[in-house]
Amino acid sequence: MGLTLTWLSVIILIPLAGLFLKASELSLDQFWGILASRRTLHALRISFGLAFAAAAVNLVMGMVIVWALVRYSFPGRRIFDAIVDIPFALPTAVAGVALTSLFAQKGWLGAPLAALGIKVAFTPVGIFVAMIFIGIPFVVRTVQPVLLDLDAEIEEAAASLGANRWHTVSKVILPSMIPALLTGFALAFARAVGEYGSVIFIAGNLPNVSEIAPLLIVIRLSEFRYADATAIAVVMLVASFLIIFAVNRIQRWAQTRIPAH
Amino acid sequence: MSELQYSLRSARDDLRTEPRPIRIVIIAIAVIFLTVFVVLPLVVVFAQAFSKGIGAYFAALSDSEALSAIRLTLLVAAISVSLNLVFGVIAAWAIAKFDFRGKTFLISLIDLPFSVSPVISGLVFVLLFGAQGYWGPWLQAHNIHVLFAVPGIALATIFVTFPFVARALIPLMQEQGTLEEEAAISLGASGLQTFFRVTLPNIKWGVLYGVLLCNARAMGEFGAVSVVSGHIRGETNTMPLLVEILYNEYQFVSSFAIASLLAMLALITLVAKTILERHLDEGQHPRGD
Repeated sequence: MGLTLTWLSVIILIPLAGLFLKASELSLDQFWGILASRRTLHALRISFGLAFAAAAVNLVMGMVIVWALVRYSFPGRRIFDAIVDIPFALPTAVAGVALTSLFAQKGWLGAPLAALGIKVAFTPVGIFVAMIFIGIPFVVRTVQPVLLDLDAEIEEAAASLGANRWHTVSKVILPSMIPALLTGFALAFARAVGEYGSVIFIAGNLPNVSEIAPLLIVIRLSEFRYADATAIAVVMLVASFLIIFAVNRIQRWAQTRIPAH
Repeated sequence: MSELQYSLRSARDDLRTEPRPIRIVIIAIAVIFLTVFVVLPLVVVFAQAFSKGIGAYFAALSDSEALSAIRLTLLVAAISVSLNLVFGVIAAWAIAKFDFRGKTFLISLIDLPFSVSPVISGLVFVLLFGAQGYWGPWLQAHNIHVLFAVPGIALATIFVTFPFVARALIPLMQEQGTLEEEAAISLGASGLQTFFRVTLPNIKWGVLYGVLLCNARAMGEFGAVSVVSGHIRGETNTMPLLVEILYNEYQFVSSFAIASLLAMLALITLVAKTILERHLDEGQHPRGD
């Protein structure tokens, strides 16, 4: 017991406390000064804004994928089910170089898209694509078990009471999946906000255009501007605490909302 | 099955599915999305790695820088997986088998590295051990290298991979309860005997599962390691860092050759994970369930 606590403190608690201690050395004016600079604000907006948009795409596509995997049978279903985990398992640097080469102007997908006038690699769109890639398993793996466990009787009852299929899905099935969908969305969002490896290759990393907040932390560190790095890190860390907190609340709400059968 | 039963059953199925065209559209969207966003990136890694032939591929892998990166990655993974294995089992044991104050706090603490940006996981160690960090000057005076050396890389990797083993074991051990341990102790077994003869055999698949995921992340970690490594060629570059360096130098075949090794690791991990999940499911639902 004591051993566990000591190890946890050494590896997790002390390093994180160090971060907040470093941040507390800054005066409030300095802190706001760093955050309000044009470059920092833009980087934070890119990271949070695109992560939110990517998580929204993942929410919709994740639901479609879960529906196909759980409700239908088609050739290769089990393989596609296993493939969903690849963004979890593939090292982020590998995902980064792969996505970049895929969407670069001469890449397999980049070339046809360029012909349509769409540039993906080295623009904010590239960041968005990488964030979708990294977030999709979070939604699928949170929602899938809930749809699998859903009682068939509820649907049959709705249908036998005269609801058409669309009503059954939108008024009966989807509402009972809302907590799982929200949790998946929050997890995908949190991951995309902090994502570094799979994004920096495809991003282009132009300050005030396609620079993400984690990269700005790395840049400030390499310039020995520790205070700047710390201030940005604190904002991101507080955001991830809030997301964890929200996820826990959603889980508790889901447990009280749907009585166990 | 009688004809009546059969027609009843198909009527039941019809209530729970959509018209054929909608089914086809949904399957098509799912398959196309997964192919574009997940399958193609994986295929492109191998296509690029072998784009100049098998000879160039193996030449890239036997380069001295590549070999030193592979060695360093294996060393760091060995250190962090074994430490996290020992402490993960102890932490899960403490949480699952005992009640104490602050337990929820402890669980959130274990989960924390999952939700922190990898860059921040590296940053916290720079703030502690860096030249301008809290302990940096003392370390320098005593000529101890943590940052830009193996200890720093190992520390950052341990931080990032901390939750895997404990996370895999906590639900498993909670479900198993303490009855078997109590029985062993009341029959005269010592604490250690109980652990090695009763607890450990019960959780062996869970332990393997945690170690598997922990190892995959340890070998593939990029952001946290990138911040603390210093990118010293041939010395502090792990495989993912070398992928980045070679890619930025336009040595695409070499970069993707190393990336292909990491991709294979990911694929093997996924297959092993699927097999282990089957074992874990069997353990959780005894026959007759």
